[in-house]
Amino acid sequence: MSLRYLLQRLGTLLLVLFGVSVLTFAIIPLIPGDPARVRLGVQATDENVAAVRRQLGLDRPLVVQYVDWLGGIVTRGDFGTSLISDQPISREIGRRLPATLTLAFAALVVGLLIALPSGIISALRPGSKTDLGVSVFSQVGVSIPDFWMGILLVVLFAETLQWLPSSGFVPISQGFWPWLSHLLLPAVTIGIISGSIMARFVRSAMLEMLGHDYVRTARAKGLLERVVIGKHVLRNAAISIVTIVGLQMATLLSAVVVVEIIFAWPGLGSLALNATLQRDYPTLQAAVLMSAVAFAVINLLTDLSYVLLDPSVEYA
Amino acid sequence: MSTTIQKTAPTSGFRNGPTYRFLRRALRHRLVVSGSVIIVLLAVVAVFGRQLAPYDPVAMDFGAQFAPPSWQHPFGTDEFGRDVFSRVLYGAAVSFQVAFIAVAISGTLGVFLGAVAGFFGGWLDEVVMRFMDILFAFPAVLLAITVMAILGRGVGNAMIAIAIVYIPIFARVTRGAVISVRGLEYVNAARALGQGNGAIIVKHVLPNALAPVIVQTSLSLAFAILAEAALSFFGLGTQPPDPSWGRMLSEGRAFLQQAPWMGIFPGLAIMLSVLGFNFLGDGLRDLLDPRLKQMVK
Repeated sequence: MSLRYLLQRLGTLLLVLFGVSVLTFAIIPLIPGDPARVRLGVQATDENVAAVRRQLGLDRPLVVQYVDWLGGIVTRGDFGTSLISDQPISREIGRRLPATLTLAFAALVVGLLIALPSGIISALRPGSKTDLGVSVFSQVGVSIPDFWMGILLVVLFAETLQWLPSSGFVPISQGFWPWLSHLLLPAVTIGIISGSIMARFVRSAMLEMLGHDYVRTARAKGLLERVVIGKHVLRNAAISIVTIVGLQMATLLSAVVVVEIIFAWPGLGSLALNATLQRDYPTLQAAVLMSAVAFAVINLLTDLSYVLLDPSVEYA
Repeated sequence: MSTTIQKTAPTSGFRNGPTYRFLRRALRHRLVVSGSVIIVLLAVVAVFGRQLAPYDPVAMDFGAQFAPPSWQHPFGTDEFGRDVFSRVLYGAAVSFQVAFIAVAISGTLGVFLGAVAGFFGGWLDEVVMRFMDILFAFPAVLLAITVMAILGRGVGNAMIAIAIVYIPIFARVTRGAVISVRGLEYVNAARALGQGNGAIIVKHVLPNALAPVIVQTSLSLAFAILAEAALSFFGLGTQPPDPSWGRMLSEGRAFLQQAPWMGIFPGLAIMLSVLGFNFLGDGLRDLLDPRLKQMVK
């Protein structure tokens, strides 16, 4: 990978992040109504509202407010204070970002545990009943609303069988099983859906590799089928599969937003929805900004891993 | 043999044309046919739901609360004794209306921006596509929630929120397709004949770059139905007492052990419509992009 390409991608990322910050900042001026009135309530007098506006710095020009807001985030990690709890938002973000990333990673592991075996098996027996089953599972999985899947799993595993807790989060410091038991249902909800999408791509990647001449040569040499698959096909299909995993991370983060809300998982998605419902706009700004940054960085890493893993891909 | 030749011989311009050939191939494609059948059935329900519904979807009947599915109430009743079947039928209209209007808005704007960026290139391309990158940097549901925070709750605003989320996808797809045809000979020929850029884009470039846009439209309709359901589920889209599938799931959530039908039927309705649009989208992709078809097969 050329240094020029790397710098170019980093430059684009910075540009995108700048745009993201401008759009995110614009949430408050665009929202009808006054944040100061949200903090004080509808009964507040105009003088009190004006005083809070001054205190929050809302009486200054927008450009000054933007520079001050972004400067606070970049230099001190300061996102301001919540209009509802009056607590620093950065503390909340620091608590919730790891929870979101943990859920996304766990969901990816579940997704891969579903996608890899089913995608490989269906590619090895194209047109068979197994292949048809994987194809049906994949189509249905893509079409199931994530929040519905979450509810069905809660009814089955939490309320009926009572094997797992229905919602909430326990830090790993309070024990491995309590932590894992709370993580399982939300991770499986997203994992089934992302696994069904990835299974299709794994199947295509494997089929593409199986059609190459070197596979025929390996078979003609008399190699055992498991050696042909394990040593030749899987190793080469891995490049495509890693790319799919990277692309899935972005989709997965979007699904995490929804599933967090269903399972009362204390992540950025549930923070954003609660902030919207409570009209706590500075908190919404912070949650949206951090999610977009995580999203943009993952997209960049996916692009770079693609170039690193597949030397035949060249970028100007 | 000669009879067969006579039977299949072209009898008119249409029968000999590419549209006819495409339709014949489409009618033989399992995914396209099953997707179309599902969508047509649901569209009929969406249009004639009011006439088909046996009950008023908002009429309460406290004598029939939580009634299980029966001949009288095929999908049971909810906590207010409202008929779930009638509410699912009415909900189809909301889902389809939101999905079609949202995708029409995002498709129109996205295709316009993508076509302009792809055709002219240069700084215009940079500006448009970087702006699309910025919109694309937000997780889809979070962007929709944020737009709803700005615009306020309600079905109309949900349409706008969903439309904004999908503009960058249409712009990217269209730009890619336009770039692949803009340098072809017939485009250069049209330019040599003195046609303006607008006419070249509309008459020559777009019609030949539409295949991926059509596929994307079908897939986006599936996602738009899911997004509307999610927004209504969170209380941001359709407002009570109006029925929508997402809203019904949200209301049924608290009673799932007591009255599982309240959550099962709206969920199945969402799944079926998304499945229909996904089938159609995947099938059209197979038909319109033979390269991909070979790879997947």
